[in-house]
Amino acid sequence: MLEVRGLNKSFGGLLAVADVSLRVTEGDIVALVGPNGAGKTTLFALVSGFLRPDGGTVTFAGQDVTGLAPHLVCARGLVRTFQVVQPFGRLSVRENIAVGAHLRFAERGEAMARAATVAQRVGMSHLLDRPAHALTVAARKRLELARALATEPRLLLLDEVMAGLNPTEMTEMIRIVRGIHDGGVTVFLIEHVMQAVASLAERVHVLNYGRLIAEGAPAEIARMPEVIEAYLGHGAAERMTAHAAGGSR
Amino acid sequence: MVALAVPYVLRSDFWLGFLITVLLFAALGMAWNILGGYTGQFSFGHAAFFGTGAYTTAVLHIGLGLNPWLGLATAAAAGGLVALLVGYLSFRYGLRGSYFALITLAFAEVLRILANSAEFTGGGVGLYVPLDLGIANLQFADKAGYYYVALAFAVLSLVVGWMLERSRLGAQMMAIRENEDAAQALGVDTFACKLKAIVISGALTGIGGAFYTHYYLYIDPGIAYGPGVSVEILLVPIIGGLGTVFGPLAGSAVLHGAGELARRLMGDAPGLSLIFYGVLLVVMVRFMPEGLMGVVWRIRRRSETQADA
Ligand SMILES: Nc1ncnc2c1ncn2[C@@H]1O[C@H](COP(=O)(O)OP(=O)(O)OP(=O)(O)O)[C@@H](O)[C@H]1O
Ligand SMILES: [Mg+2]
Repeated sequence: MLEVRGLNKSFGGLLAVADVSLRVTEGDIVALVGPNGAGKTTLFALVSGFLRPDGGTVTFAGQDVTGLAPHLVCARGLVRTFQVVQPFGRLSVRENIAVGAHLRFAERGEAMARAATVAQRVGMSHLLDRPAHALTVAARKRLELARALATEPRLLLLDEVMAGLNPTEMTEMIRIVRGIHDGGVTVFLIEHVMQAVASLAERVHVLNYGRLIAEGAPAEIARMPEVIEAYLGHGAAERMTAHAAGGSR
Repeated sequence: MVALAVPYVLRSDFWLGFLITVLLFAALGMAWNILGGYTGQFSFGHAAFFGTGAYTTAVLHIGLGLNPWLGLATAAAAGGLVALLVGYLSFRYGLRGSYFALITLAFAEVLRILANSAEFTGGGVGLYVPLDLGIANLQFADKAGYYYVALAFAVLSLVVGWMLERSRLGAQMMAIRENEDAAQALGVDTFACKLKAIVISGALTGIGGAFYTHYYLYIDPGIAYGPGVSVEILLVPIIGGLGTVFGPLAGSAVLHGAGELARRLMGDAPGLSLIFYGVLLVVMVRFMPEGLMGVVWRIRRRSETQADA
């Protein structure tokens, strides 16, 4: 579904993404993890057309999409969410989601109806008429997801949708993401919360200083010394191991 | 209906003239609103489109005898074309915010200087449209005729705004205003969308310029392309309420009502109107950032919550 080959991106002297190659197979949930500043968001920006790579290729659904404008990438069925949520503040939740729905539905009434359906899938039905700027952090994260979902993607890139959520909200979000995946959408997600990674992803790619340093099942990578080292905090790796052992499906 | 009956009831040339100005600027304000209020791209140089419309019909009518009614349509096309050029150059290079505002201002100024020096625009002297009364010629013996044309223009602009609010293009324009990156991520072709907004805005503004020419039968570079008209056009929706359908109408009525009052109280000294606009702008931005429509909403919401309680 998605194939990244030899992707490079530098900002000035800083190599943010260095020779990254990876593959996301249709129907999978794949995670991308790594310490702060590893280049995860940059990789998503390169894949979704927000940044132009210095080198390498991005292939989506068998077609080369390297350097394609974001709206065209989105039209082909690859959509991203933003780590720092970007709501249309003065528009209502319904109108926010309808912007995504308009990609497939030209008619206003139809897009608004689709928005209500999508809101239901992410548990936002009761917030439809609330202006986006008045939402809580958790609701904003859901809105970010809902808008992307409304574009009817085949591949969804989620950039830290769990960040800032309390345990209850996180459990709910995991359930929502799983529901989206069950609906036939391939998911590629960046996540710092190892508990979420372990309970959602089948495969994990680990990025450090722009380079992929490991790849495998959540339980496997948590045991790799280079991964533990990259994170410094051994705690993260241990928690992950515990969870993968206890919480696998 | 009430608007149609006005000239039969109101038989004062002064008041009809006042209403014509209000309607003309309501329409122009809506034209600006489409780009500034809905799409979030603030232009300081709508005179570029207004003046182009005004001169297009003047030059074609005087030089080639083009019918003034067709002149309105030609002015729309010319205004839209200049808008396309300004939009293409600004949006292609990602100019936003104050950079975009400055580019539009610069365009209007360049056109003013060109109109001042070119021969076919009559240079600094301007152009006089010969008097030749008749409906076919868009010249009326009394103000009622002009009133109906201005009314039709205002209705046209409001209907365009109303339709945009209920369309995909309108939804995408507002998304761009709120957050351009997010809009792009959701599949909005932001460049194309902003171009459409500026072309619609420029075309409507061009019609306003052409109407001005045939109403006053005179145009010169300062009137057509001067900063005065740019400021007056953008004040209307800012006063009335950005990104609303009825904001421009309310804003135009208040702006020209207050302007008329100020003229009566203080006389018509040159430059006074610009000072007046400046003060009004500061007061609005400071005390009513959402314009008159924002105040209307707040009152309505308050009475609704009181009714709920
Ligand atoms: N537009 C930019 N200009 C310059 N440097 C940038 C830019 N975007 C990212 N960087 C730098 O590139 C590196 C990778 O950033 P990126 O945001 O991709 O990291 P990340 O893995 O998503 O981190 P986090 O977990 O904190 O979100 C960082 O050092 C960052 O400072
Ligand atoms: Mg990031």
